[in-house]
Order: sequence, then structure tokens, then C-alpha cells
Amino acid sequence: MPETSSATSGLLSVRNLKIEATSYPPGEPPKTVTLVEDVSFDVEKGKVLGLIGESGAGKSTIGLSALAYGRGGASITGGQVLLNGKDILALDRNGIRGIRGCKVCYVAQSAAAAFNPAHKLGEQVIEASLRHRIMSRAEAEKRALYLFQVLGLPNPESFGDRYPHQVSGGQLQRAMTAMALCPNPELIVFDEPTTALDVTTQIDVLAAIKHAIEETHTAALYITHDLAVVAQISDDIMVLRHGKTVEYGTTSQIIEAPREDYTRALVSVRQTKRKEAGDQSDRLLDIEHVSAGYSNGFKVLHDVSMHLPKGQTLAIVGESGSGKSTLARVITGLLPPSEGRVTFDGKELPKALSARTKEELRRVQMIYQMADTAMNPRQTVRDIIGRPISFYYGLHGAKKTERVRQLLDQIEMGDGFLDRYPAELSGGQKQRVAIARALAAKPELILCDEPTSALDPLVAEGILNLLLKLQEETAVSYVFITHDIAIVRAIADSVAVMHRGKLVRFGPKSKVLSPPFDDYTDLLLKSVPEMELGWLEKVLASRRMESAGN
Amino acid sequence: MAALGPDTGPALTIPKDAGGESLPPSGAATATTGSAATGDVTGSFWHRFTLGRPLAALIIQRLGLSVGLLFAVSLMIFGGVEALPGDFATTYLGQSATPQAVENIRKDLGLDRPLTERYLSWLGGAVQGDFGTSWASRNSVSEQIGNRLGNSLFLAFFAAIVSVPLAVALGMLAVQFRNRLPDRIINVVSLAAISLPEFFVGYLLILFFAVQMGVATFPATVYDGMGFTDRLSAIALPVATLVLVVLAHMMRMTRAAILNVMSSAYVETAELKGLGAFRIIARHAAPNAVAPVINVIALNLAYLVVGVVVVEVVFVYPGMGQYMVDAVTVRDMPVVQACGLIFAAFYIFLNMAADILAILANPRLRHPR
Repeated sequence: MPETSSATSGLLSVRNLKIEATSYPPGEPPKTVTLVEDVSFDVEKGKVLGLIGESGAGKSTIGLSALAYGRGGASITGGQVLLNGKDILALDRNGIRGIRGCKVCYVAQSAAAAFNPAHKLGEQVIEASLRHRIMSRAEAEKRALYLFQVLGLPNPESFGDRYPHQVSGGQLQRAMTAMALCPNPELIVFDEPTTALDVTTQIDVLAAIKHAIEETHTAALYITHDLAVVAQISDDIMVLRHGKTVEYGTTSQIIEAPREDYTRALVSVRQTKRKEAGDQSDRLLDIEHVSAGYSNGFKVLHDVSMHLPKGQTLAIVGESGSGKSTLARVITGLLPPSEGRVTFDGKELPKALSARTKEELRRVQMIYQMADTAMNPRQTVRDIIGRPISFYYGLHGAKKTERVRQLLDQIEMGDGFLDRYPAELSGGQKQRVAIARALAAKPELILCDEPTSALDPLVAEGILNLLLKLQEETAVSYVFITHDIAIVRAIADSVAVMHRGKLVRFGPKSKVLSPPFDDYTDLLLKSVPEMELGWLEKVLASRRMESAGN
Repeated sequence: MAALGPDTGPALTIPKDAGGESLPPSGAATATTGSAATGDVTGSFWHRFTLGRPLAALIIQRLGLSVGLLFAVSLMIFGGVEALPGDFATTYLGQSATPQAVENIRKDLGLDRPLTERYLSWLGGAVQGDFGTSWASRNSVSEQIGNRLGNSLFLAFFAAIVSVPLAVALGMLAVQFRNRLPDRIINVVSLAAISLPEFFVGYLLILFFAVQMGVATFPATVYDGMGFTDRLSAIALPVATLVLVVLAHMMRMTRAAILNVMSSAYVETAELKGLGAFRIIARHAAPNAVAPVINVIALNLAYLVVGVVVVEVVFVYPGMGQYMVDAVTVRDMPVVQACGLIFAAFYIFLNMAADILAILANPRLRHPR
């Protein structure tokens, strides 16, 4: 039990860790913010501790403290980080360099950014082992080959000769794990290693990581915001919020008997389910045999047909590269289709954006994945929401402000936000403002392109509930693009599954998400992590059965 | 399933082509096939070539663009010189410019022929390296330029071998000590050097080193048969002036390019591998900063060849720049045109070389998927 382990001699013991960051805003005195306060935990040899929390909970900051590293302006100002009983915070520059990449290694969230584009993967994987004189070049290359095999990389013999841009995201993430394992470290810090991956890829990477750390008896700190993922891989879990410990216990205790309210909320998130609407006759949007491609000759969509009744939600689900965002661009007119047509409320929409009337534009609005980049950072909330009001309805002055207030009320934000800038809002609030901007045009259809995938689970749930409430109030229809089956379950009436630009499956939610499945939908559904101990092993075992059966 | 009928609502539809597609059971295979490009490659030969060998296609494109640009420049130089006010014959004859004498000279020089004919014969000659005869000295322009160009390149070459390594080294030094005293000093001095016009820097150097201390030679005239060491000591001051002018720009760009790379995730990875500061900069940052640095170096090299006019005049150095200025004052059009075209060719060539080197430095283009 972690509570009593302070007496045992663990591999890594963190005691009363305090991390602060100092920022220097121009024209103001320097500000010091406490990122992490009074956090203590232990990791024993060969064990995995999961650190879980929302963004800003300080989990990456804590993970990096195991390498005595502060990202940005962060610096460790209190407490101890004991590695094998020795405080690494007391070491000098050279001492710390001796720990990094030798005793403790790091796996970053985005392997695509963390690999140097100028060098071959193999060179980068063995670099730390050679530089720390842990092994000879021949030994290191042999170990890299072994790790590539353990991690299930294709053509392990020649994999190291490739450059980062020549392999896929899932392969890069596994290569990054190989790079961390290569010098035979005692501890690896995994910082959201599967967050940027598709679900079907995530499960393979997760299985590979689990297999590799079991095989090499390496201890690990596993950082993630997804409790279902960490439940599959860790022995203990620490729940963090606002830089403080909420709950710390064994994995089974946290999942099955959480003590704190916050942990309970995390465990029960994604449980919202909505009954699908019965009546399907009154069609608002009809997509018929649409094919589309980009000017370089690559066809992205192949003969896609689907439709959406008024006041309902159509979820388009698929992995990255499946063409789901391209379909949204076709509906909005940003990308004219090469074949097929889009009918809206009984009338065919002109293919190109420039040919559509203002009224046709008003009736279809859009919400984007990154609310950050979809808003002008130099405009206040009043201007952002007010723009469509004056553009489509010609309202100005007090009348416009009145309408903005109404909209802010609808998205459950108060008047106090009127004169704030996007930078002064949290991620969830930004997305709410983006929703209000879409609503301002009083549209009949809102295209939502992964509006919650950049948000923390609890915040995302709030946004989904808001969208459902708005649908009840205004009878707006949604096309909801997502890669997350849990969201589909929560909000959709009908579902379209897409894979590599083709429609795999389309129909009411109850039919699409129940057997008999086609191969792809089956794979997709089985890959979604469930909040259940031993889920990963079960899925892998059933896959092995299937492949043995074939 | 489809028997439920589409009219009653969205029945479950599974398109034939997609449903029949079998999926690989193992994850590794999913990952590899998932990254493969969908869609069919269609289009013309050039289109297929672009996709198949992007590197060769890009380089051929750059070469073609450069030739086209050079042609356009030749048109503009010829047109521009033609449009200049003033006339060689009137300037040459001075007080004795009777209409008959002017007419004779114009006929002599072939100025009575139509514009297009003169342009085409000039361009035809230029392509073969023959720029015609100087109106003022009646000598072959190509021969005279050959000498002068050699002098200019001699000056530019020494300015380049001093300034380029110095700029890159100082830029790396500034990164190493970023926001500390050495960085600040380098910054302030380079800013001052950028802000001073080159003729002013030139005169300052002459004042201190040639007049007051007497260690340098002025004027920096070189002539045939001069010894190599004598030449070097003659060009010391103009080289110093040029180095001061281009150094700051190159150094600041190097610093900015490396700093930009230093804030990237892969440099953090290198740091978390426990690598030393020098190895991080030399092996992980530098290769990715090459493209912008090459660009600014090429721009400054072009400036060293083309922009030396003022410096050559200040130091009375017999290079291309001075030759051109002299030719302009007497309206010696063939010389002006030739100098203009050669300067343009250098400029375009160096920029093209920088473009191609930057393309070659990009691993994504060098090693396509």
C-alpha cells in the first residue's frame, strides 16, 4: 500500500515537492505561481504509478521533476526527489546530466515533435546509451533491435534507418518508448504517450508499452488524463488537481472504491447516454454520393451518402485521415465536391462557398476543435459573438449587446465575460463562446468538428450537456464529428462510421452500435478503453483467439 | 439490413466495397497500412514526376525560374537604360555637338536601328559572353569587365571568408550566453554596425587606420603585376568595412534561427537525454537551423558582389562597381548594361543556390516516404 511505503526503500521517493513558476509580464512586477504543492509518493522497482488529472493539474511538471527538469519558467523550490535514496535536486549540472537519459528517461506526448527531423530514428534511439558510455555501439544497436521487436515495430532490422517523417504516429510513439528503454534505465516517465493517437492505434501502443516494461522490469511514472487508460497499466494511481494530491491508492481501490468526490466524478464520466429520437422522416440535410479531393489529385472522399433529420444529431466517427473533417468542409462549401450533391431543407446547396447566399450561409454554422485558433485574440467576447449578429441581422448598439447577453446566458456564462479577451478564458469557456458565436446566427444546422477532444473529460462533459440542452431549446440539428465512441453514445441519434474516405456503416445509433458488426466497426468499438481492471488483457486475448481462429 | 428501406428512416447501410474490405487483425499492420496514402495518382507526366521525385522536381523548377527571371531582368535593364534621359553623343561631343555630328555618331553606334533589333543582337551577344564595344574607350566590354570582375570577386571573397565563419560563430556564442552579458554586447555592437551607412564606416576606418595611425594603405588601388601580399594589404580596409556591414545581419539571423530551434521539443528531448550543451547545439539544433542561415548568408554574399559600389568608390578600388559608376557618368550604355546584367546574374544565382541548398537540407524532401 502506498500509504505505508514511506518506510520501505523505494526506487523513487518524492517528498513534499513544491514547484513554482515565475513569469515576467511586461510593465508589472514578476509574478510567482505555485504549480505543485506538498506532493509525496513512492515508486518501487518494476512498479508503475499513474499520475492522473486535468490539464493544469501539474502532472507533467511532477513527472519532469524526476529528471530534475523544469519546463518553461518552472523551478523546483521545495522538497526532495530521492532516487535510490539520493536527492537528485542537490546534484550539480554534471550530476544531473548523469541521471538524465541514463537512470531516468522520458517519453513525450508528441513523439512527432520530440524526434529530431534531421537524424535517423536508430541513431536517436541509441544516442543516450552511447553518450553515457553505458554500452558499445554494437551492443546498443543489438538492444535497439531487440526493443523494436518487443514493441512490435514493422521490419525491426531496417526500422532504425528511417527518418521520423517516414513512419506513422503510432510507430513514432513506440520508437520513443524504445529510445527511453534503450539505456536500461531504472525509471521511465511516460507523459501522455497515447493521447495524440487514434483509439485503434492507442491500444497497440498501450499493449506494447505494457509488454516492454514488464519484459525489462523498468519502473514507470505514467501520466495521463484518461483514467480508463491508466487503469490498464499502473499498479498505483495518484489523482491530482490544481497541483495538489486528491487521492493516492492502489489502482483497484481508485477504480472500484474511490473515496473523494473528484475521483468519483472522474470514474463516472462518460456515463451520459441519450436515447435516440424515433422519428426520422423530416430530413434537413441530405448528402448524396459525394466524392471530393484536393487539387494535387488525391481523392479524400469516395461516394459518401448520409442524411440527417431536423432537430437531431448525426455523429460521424472515424480515425484521423478517415475524411470526416473533409466531409464537413464539403457541407460548408469550403471544398466543392467533385461528384454528388448536398441538399439542405429540400433545396440543393450550391457547391462552392462563393455561390451561396447569405441566408444559406446563416443556416449552417460551425464549431471547431481548437477554439483558441478559431477566435481573434484581439477581440473581446462582445465583438466575437456580436459579429454574426450584426452581419446576419443588422443589429447594433444596445440591441446587439442585449442579444449577446442573452446568448451568454444560454451558454451558462454571465455578463461579466462581455469585455474579456479569449486569452482570459479557460479552454471550456472558449469553446462555450465559440458555441454562442455559432448560435448567434440562429442556424438550423451546426457542424461540430471535434469540439471536445482538446478538453479535459469533466469540462468536455459540460460542453456536451450544454449542446444537448441547446438542442432541446432551439431544435437545432448537429453534425458531430468525433473519434470518440463514448461521445457518440452520449449524444447521437444516427451514426456514420468512416474509414479511409469511405462510409463503412450508417444508420440509427442502436443499429450501428450493435452486432453484427463489420470488421472495422468491431475493431473500433473494441479499442475504446473501458474503466475496468484487466480490460486490456481481455481485448488482447480475444484478438489472439480471433487470429488463431483465422 | 438494407431491406428495412431507406424511406422509413436511416436503415443500417453497409456499402459493399467498404464492408467487404478485410482488416488486418494485428495492430502493427493497422499502423503501417493506415499511413499509406489513399486516392489515385492521376495527372500529367510532370505531376507524376513531382510526386515521385519531389527533390529533383523542385530543383528543376528553381533552375527554370532563375533562367526566366534572368531573361526578364535583361529586358528591364535594356528598357531602363533606353529610357534614361541624356544621350551619349551629346555628352561625348560636348560644345561641338552639331546636329550633323550627333547624327553621325548615332549612326556609327547603330542607334538608328529599331529597338527590338538592337535588343535581340545585344542579348544574342550577351548569351555568348560578348557585351559589345565600349562607346567611350572603343575597347571590348567583356575584356575590361573580366579584369574588373576579378578584382571585385577578390574583394568579396576575402570579405566572405572573414565574415561568414565569424558571423556563425558569434551567433552560436550569443545563443550559448543568451540574455547574458556577452549576448548583450554582441547585440548592441551589431545593431550599431547595421545602423551606420557603409561610406561612413569606410571613412571612419580611413581616418583611424590610414590617416592617424598610418598602418593601412589608402587608396586601395590594385594593378596588374602587384604581389599577392601587397594586394592583401591594399584591400584590408575595404574588406574590414564590408565585414562590419554584413556581419551584424548574418550574426543576428543565425542567432534567431538557432534560438527558434532551441525552443523545439526535440531539443528538450536531447536535454532530457543528458547530452552536453555543445552537442545539443551542434548536433540537434544546427542541422535544423541550416536552411534559414544559408538564406541569409546567400543574401549577404550577393550583397558583397553587387552592393560594393559605394565601398569601391570610397576606397578608389578598381572593381566592377567603380567601372559602372564611371560608365554611367559618360552614358556609356554597353558597359552599364553589361554590369547590370552581370550583377543581376550573380544575385539570381546566389539566391537560387541558397534555395536549392535549403531544399537539400530538408530531410523530408531528401528522403521521401
